[in-house]
Amino acid sequence: MGKNSKVIKREEVVIRFSGDSGDGMQLTGTLFSDTAAIFGNDLSTFPDYPAEIRAPQGTVGGVSGFQVHLGHSEINTPGDFADVLVAMNPAAIKANAKGIRQGGTIIFDKDNFTDKNIEKAGYNHDPLAEEKLEHYNVIAAPISSMVKEALKNFGLDPKSVVRTKNMFALGMVYWLFDRKLKYTEQYFDKKFAERPEIAEANKVALRSGYYYAETIEALNPVIKIEPAQIAHGTYRNICGNAATAWGFLAAAEKAGLKIFIGSYPITPATGILEEMAARKDLGVKSFQAEDEIAGICTALGASFAGNLAVTSTSGPGLALKSEAIGLAVMAELPIVVVNVQRGGPSTGLPTKTEQADLMQALYGRSGECPVVVIAASTPSDCFQFAFEAARIALEHMTPVLLLTDSYLANSSEPWKIPEMNKLPKINPPYADKKEIPFLPYKRDCNTLARSWAIPGTPGLEHRIGGLEKTVKGTVSYIPENHEQMVKIRAEKVEKIADEIPDLIVYGEDSGDLLLTGWGGSRGYLITAAQELQAEGYKVSLVNFNYINPLPKNVREVFSRFKKIVVAELNMGQFADYLRIKHYGFDFKQINKVQGLPFTIKEIKEKCIKILEGE
Amino acid sequence: MNNMEETQTFQYTPKDFKSDQEVRWCPGCGDHAVLNAVQKALSELGIPKEKFAFISGIGCSSRFPYYMDTYGFHGIHGRASAIASGVKIANPELSVWQITGDGDALAIGGNHFIHAIRRNIDLNIILFNNQIYGLTKGQYSPTSEKGLVTKTSPFGTIEEPFSVGELVIGAKGKFFARTIDANVTLSTQIYIEAAQHKGTSVIEVLQNCIIFNDGIHDVVAGREVRDDRTIILKHGEPMIFGKDRNKGLVLDGLKLKVVTLGENGISEKNLLVHDAHESNPGIQYMLANMKYPEYPVALGVIRSVDGHTYDADVEEQIKSVQKDAKIKCMDDLMVSGSTWKVE
Repeated sequence: MGKNSKVIKREEVVIRFSGDSGDGMQLTGTLFSDTAAIFGNDLSTFPDYPAEIRAPQGTVGGVSGFQVHLGHSEINTPGDFADVLVAMNPAAIKANAKGIRQGGTIIFDKDNFTDKNIEKAGYNHDPLAEEKLEHYNVIAAPISSMVKEALKNFGLDPKSVVRTKNMFALGMVYWLFDRKLKYTEQYFDKKFAERPEIAEANKVALRSGYYYAETIEALNPVIKIEPAQIAHGTYRNICGNAATAWGFLAAAEKAGLKIFIGSYPITPATGILEEMAARKDLGVKSFQAEDEIAGICTALGASFAGNLAVTSTSGPGLALKSEAIGLAVMAELPIVVVNVQRGGPSTGLPTKTEQADLMQALYGRSGECPVVVIAASTPSDCFQFAFEAARIALEHMTPVLLLTDSYLANSSEPWKIPEMNKLPKINPPYADKKEIPFLPYKRDCNTLARSWAIPGTPGLEHRIGGLEKTVKGTVSYIPENHEQMVKIRAEKVEKIADEIPDLIVYGEDSGDLLLTGWGGSRGYLITAAQELQAEGYKVSLVNFNYINPLPKNVREVFSRFKKIVVAELNMGQFADYLRIKHYGFDFKQINKVQGLPFTIKEIKEKCIKILEGE
Repeated sequence: MNNMEETQTFQYTPKDFKSDQEVRWCPGCGDHAVLNAVQKALSELGIPKEKFAFISGIGCSSRFPYYMDTYGFHGIHGRASAIASGVKIANPELSVWQITGDGDALAIGGNHFIHAIRRNIDLNIILFNNQIYGLTKGQYSPTSEKGLVTKTSPFGTIEEPFSVGELVIGAKGKFFARTIDANVTLSTQIYIEAAQHKGTSVIEVLQNCIIFNDGIHDVVAGREVRDDRTIILKHGEPMIFGKDRNKGLVLDGLKLKVVTLGENGISEKNLLVHDAHESNPGIQYMLANMKYPEYPVALGVIRSVDGHTYDADVEEQIKSVQKDAKIKCMDDLMVSGSTWKVE
């Protein structure tokens, strides 16, 4: 193909595909990411879609977006501002006007910019002028009419024809970034193997967009991003929910246990249940329960019966599971509860991200009820932390709460595939078959974990339950016994601190400001910290994955910095938790509750303000 | 298969199923008799002791697992059906028993109860129905008769009660039986039949709470009257009852009717013959709903129909997928689909 000679090289670029929730923007973004990943770019993606499956067409509420950040160097976030916005309708301009980089490129389907759609999006005549975007690199492409023309001899119904316009737009973007069409074409051949005419129609739309972009002058120059320098190995793209499910499956394999997941569908956690349900080939028993409570209770039953037991949910579902988590604490059974956090309280913002379930995870139960809480920080490390959650649950006979969030769940990034033989073996404390009678609450003196006697084992018959017990398993109301058991259960969780890694400081070991975060905002915080460091500020970052118990070196790390600022997507829950656990430091806060991740820009600005004494 | 293994039996007596825990139900409580009947039934099943798991929720009856020398899990209020479902699906080799009450199963746990039944998970659910909340000391339950005066209904309840059998059949239940706590012989037979039935078996026990609802079932279950006011149904046998074995049930149009043998030319051959295995629940539904004084209350196995069980189908589905699966372990899975190499 004749390429224009004008080629510019860029380190990184952010592209946002945006349109009606029925326009196929999620697929478009995913196909683009896959092509970029196979080419060797590092990348990070962020799908952002409405809660309604089909919100009113053409309205801002119905806009579905997918942002991809790809680069020649390490990419930690999906990016603040889009260099290229693909807008399938005027509402997509409205939803993204503030998210386009100054002077960026806007490709839009001018056929869809009818008076009616312009009005629906809340504009008078000219969305671009009204947003003061007209001087950007604007490409008004007649996408709808071009696909109609390209596919006129296919004999497809008009709906199927219009449905391919996202591929036309993708073709344009491929040309702009000098990408091959082959991987996307292969996807269609596979996806529509039974309906070759649909596969062909999509491929024709894709190519038409590519040639159209080549033909018009407006898209020059072509932007080239070289592959990133990343460690050698075999890679794949993975989103947080799939990585979470796979982490559990890997843990089951390393523990030599069957795995059971009991869950009720809830956005944005459903993907975990779906991924596990698809894995009958690995023997997964997946149970779609009648409600959230049955989700965890079936899992607890499975745990009692000797499986690795998991339940997945999001904030409101975690509230419903609280009582059963209390039972798991009391019965000292291994179970992992994964909470994919979303905007709350109540139904809140079901498809948007937030980190506001921390206090619920730590404290949201009756009685003295400590559980292990850990949080994943990137889409791919959901694998590692799901594995770790299962390991801790099984080896310490305790419920573990794993926190991810909507952003991690749906975002994806390239992931270096681990080898199973490199992962640690998991060794649950099985009861000694000869130790009869079995005492259910007799403990390992190091970990304080009780032994696990699996029903079906002769001679180890025993009873457990929610009532307070003695070592022997006898129900007991003796005051001293209860107090002792409460203390032991707490100490059992505390002791896990002995085996978790120290907090890692990104940047210098001491300095003026320690930026502190937890879980899913790591990518934004690390990029902000790196940029501040490059600008000469003495700023370092710590991002917590282990929340209860906390790593042992926290106090020591904190004391080496003049100021500490805790950045989180809530009103200050982790900051408050640190105030309880590490009294004596002045924790400043950066908080955001808009259902969106941080931007690097806002973190940097606030850090600088704090450094300058506000 | 080795013949020796196939015919291996386990010699137990009811005592082998008694735990070392002191039984703490009130003296005279109907629960004691249920415990005895269950221990007797278990000793006759020929199943090794370690294969039994007793799961309960909250309530007086839910203390049951502590008194059984088997695996046991005393859960939380209303959730026993869900916990028991998880146990059975995770380990289908176990004989899983759920002990529950009218509040535990039908109020707070109603949702789990109907869904366990709908799925036909192979559980044996013993529902102690005393029509009252005992552990919280005397409030009305979902099976309390309308008008019952209790601490939370000082002027009488204004709620329609559930009928357990109606609910079970409505939830697509395939096994429903009813017994009286004090009738250990009948109960033992029913528990054995329930254990042998593949699928969810629900046994309603008309149980007496001696403290808060004493004598609630006496009008039908009292020693003096029970032969005339109850009918023990047996599959394949005509529906006869009464102290003098002279009463029976016939179908009159679309309703059941009580008749007297020898009157109006009625003989045994005119009576309905009980068919517990009939999959159409029409007659069984009417039998389960019979109330005194119009009818005798039906006891025995009212419905027992074979069908697919959820737990067996789970195993079957996994086996059939695994037969042709390319992915056998995590290493296979992780490199499946679209991957690329960075050299």
